[in-house]
Amino acid sequence: MSDNSLYPGLNLGETHSAAHDQAETTVFGFWVFVMSDLIIFGILFACYASYLDPVGLAGGPGPADLFDITSVAIQTALLLLGGVAYGGVSLVVKYEHGHRRLIAWLLVCAALGAGFLFFEVRDFIEQAGKGGVPQASGWLSSYWTLVGLHGIHVFSGIVWIMAMVAQIAVRGIDDVVKVRLSMLGVFWHFLDLIWVAIFSFVFLVPLS
Amino acid sequence: MSASTSPIVGKLDWTVTPYTDLLHQVNSSTIVGAGAASVLVLGAVAGGAVLTWMRWWGPLYRNWLTSADAKKIGIMYIALALVMLARGIIEGFVMRAHQATALGTLTEPESGLVAPDHFAQLFSTHGTIMIFFVAMPLLIGLINFVLPQQLGARDMAFPVLNQVSLGLTAAGAGLVMISLLIGKFGTGGWTMYPPYTGIQYSPGEGVDYWLWAILISGMGSTLTGMNFAVTIFKSRAPGMNFMRMPLFCWTSLCVAIMLIYAMPALTVSSAMLALDRYAGFHFFTNEAGGNMMNYANIFWMFGHPEVYILILPAFGVFSEISSTFSGKKLYGYTSLVIASMSIAVISFTVWLHHFFTMGQSAGVNIAFGIATMIIGIPTGVKIYDWMATLWRGRVRITAPIVYLTGFFLLFVIGGLSGIILANPSIDYQVHNSTFLVAHFHNVIIPGVLYGMLAGIHYWFPKAFGFRLDERWGRRTALLFVGGFVFTFMPLYVLGLMGMPRRSPTFQNPDFLPWMYVASFGAVLMLGALASLVWTFWTSYRNRAALAVPGGDPWNGATLEWSTPAPVPKWTFARIPEVKARDDWGETKRAGDPWKAPEGYDDIEMPADTPHGLLIAGAAFALGFAMVWHIWWLAALGFLAIPALLAWRGMKVIEPRIIPAAEVEEADRRFRATVASLAPATRADEESERNRGRPDLAEFAG
Repeated sequence: MSDNSLYPGLNLGETHSAAHDQAETTVFGFWVFVMSDLIIFGILFACYASYLDPVGLAGGPGPADLFDITSVAIQTALLLLGGVAYGGVSLVVKYEHGHRRLIAWLLVCAALGAGFLFFEVRDFIEQAGKGGVPQASGWLSSYWTLVGLHGIHVFSGIVWIMAMVAQIAVRGIDDVVKVRLSMLGVFWHFLDLIWVAIFSFVFLVPLS
Repeated sequence: MSASTSPIVGKLDWTVTPYTDLLHQVNSSTIVGAGAASVLVLGAVAGGAVLTWMRWWGPLYRNWLTSADAKKIGIMYIALALVMLARGIIEGFVMRAHQATALGTLTEPESGLVAPDHFAQLFSTHGTIMIFFVAMPLLIGLINFVLPQQLGARDMAFPVLNQVSLGLTAAGAGLVMISLLIGKFGTGGWTMYPPYTGIQYSPGEGVDYWLWAILISGMGSTLTGMNFAVTIFKSRAPGMNFMRMPLFCWTSLCVAIMLIYAMPALTVSSAMLALDRYAGFHFFTNEAGGNMMNYANIFWMFGHPEVYILILPAFGVFSEISSTFSGKKLYGYTSLVIASMSIAVISFTVWLHHFFTMGQSAGVNIAFGIATMIIGIPTGVKIYDWMATLWRGRVRITAPIVYLTGFFLLFVIGGLSGIILANPSIDYQVHNSTFLVAHFHNVIIPGVLYGMLAGIHYWFPKAFGFRLDERWGRRTALLFVGGFVFTFMPLYVLGLMGMPRRSPTFQNPDFLPWMYVASFGAVLMLGALASLVWTFWTSYRNRAALAVPGGDPWNGATLEWSTPAPVPKWTFARIPEVKARDDWGETKRAGDPWKAPEGYDDIEMPADTPHGLLIAGAAFALGFAMVWHIWWLAALGFLAIPALLAWRGMKVIEPRIIPAAEVEEADRRFRATVASLAPATRADEESERNRGRPDLAEFAG
């Protein structure tokens, strides 16, 4: 870490003086928000674990009947590549490579996120077709809530990306937009982190 | 409520008001219900009429509702809390009146002022209101007002977010209020335990009112916690390092951290219950693998830190007033900091003591029992620190000190009964009895309520420029102390005699004398409420005599007393350079504290915006529509929130610049005023001679 690092993650750097200073407070605040969000996911993970037993399954379809691990692996690849692509966004902002490349990287992130959502929703529909609806058992309620909440987060992330594209087009890359892009980066990588936990604990653990 | 759902108005129809119930059947219960709804309607109409008559709508909108100034937001939080407090106390009184008349017989088991279902709504709304819409807004409001001033900051780190938080809290409070008039409230107590509150046993709108009020206001509290934390970490004045912060800032930091970590648990448990009720999920149902113990655990993972969220700001207030009103430095600053932080951490490890009897093994119960007893230790340290602060000080018996004394005497009793309850084997005997009701009122009223009222009394002149009347302030405090003793001490006895909590009726005539004593206490509480209102009114009328333009009426030591009263919107003409703990006191000791700064700069303030108001409106519409299944309005309210965020994001928002000349003019005027005032000694503190410039020769803090 360089000594001008004001908050965890890729800093804008001192060449962006006003935005860099503003980011100290704002991005730190966003980190705090993410911590709070992490508690929500943490509790849902604990719930998922507590319903993952014969009582919670309540005779309904279980992990082995419902999970398509190939599709989940594809989702993982798409989402994590989306995280890598956001590195492109951060570097373009930091080294001022211009509007067009910035928007292009943002659209790549959004497209990879949308690809993730496509496979996730397809899985959900298939599972529902096999009787794996959230109304079937306590375990399915917690599965749909946890994975669904992550999916809603990814969807919100895509909406946020599109809002940022609109902001860049209308107001240019000003200090406020730079700070917001730093926050969006924290959010977008946070979704990867949650997904890694979901992939491991929600999908791999019950299948192992 | 009709069985079918209309696409336009959902489940709403003309049968949902308490007036319909009154037309159906005239008895004391329906009269009380219709009376409460009428108070709400008349209050709203009267409020609207006053605003129109005085032409206050414009100023209300321009100066308050659209303001992003943390001080004004704090005052609005407290105003909201006091309105809700009035309802909460009146509900408490009705419940006491009911139980005093609720002796049933075997042939006629139901009796008393209100019907059992009505009584259940009363204790549910009373608990919900007192915790979420009185205690929380009181402490959040007080922190909003005081924290930036004590830190030497102009505002919160995120002023507009702050406005949004207030809006969300108010929207939640609005939902609870409107349930008086439209429909019913839930009957599951303030904790709303499933499966009773699941759709199978509570099919109506009542639990939904609770859920949406909690979800919406809980979101606001989470955002507030973030805002406080970032403000403390990033917006302190130069030189204000952590160990120079006043104790109130430290307890605010603890509160912020706890809000960030505890509120999400409440959001999760409420959202899961909502999914059960609206979408047929099976988190907490009896069948299909549901498990209500998950609700109990998640709720109390929030619920226990919550009680320390409530009490810690009061501890901060007691630290400030014990030092100021005894003219001494706070005793054991470091130990108080360590104790506050210990409480904040340990509070996350005790939640299970709320359900010792719900089937854990003895080993688990013992672990949580011990953790619960341990948390009493830092609290005890604090009590000793405050008493040592007063020791050999020149204590002035002002209203805050009356509250502090009441707190000393009563809170310790409440704490000790808590230690008793922390023993699982005793808890098995007295759980779910009025012993428990007595215990938690015994910590919350002397702790939170006295602390917050003492804080309001202490900082009121900073907000409005005049002191509150001390005589009426003391009378209010004494009435609250007496009211507490008479209302709740009998409940300890009743609990030990076997009276279950939340009972609409009882058959043992031995309970009756204690019930009468408790009702007398409830009358005193009503008197205290009236006295509180009168304190504000009489002080407002005598505001010229009580004015303290010098800004330092109590000879204080912390930064907020260095500014004029009422404090200007920019707070500090120049951000202070902090050189010591109790920096204002240090400046007093060094000589002329009211020396003008060397220069003035332009000040950037956040621009006014209706953003928070609009989001609050959308959130209220969303909540109300979800309660009544008005799906189109719910979708509209839900989509309006991201749309508002996106719309605001597109705009370039310029801060409001206050020119240096304006600041300089106001600041020089203030310093000239101070120079013209005669210094007031401690003996004159309550008299008209106290104009807010204290006699520095007497400063010893």
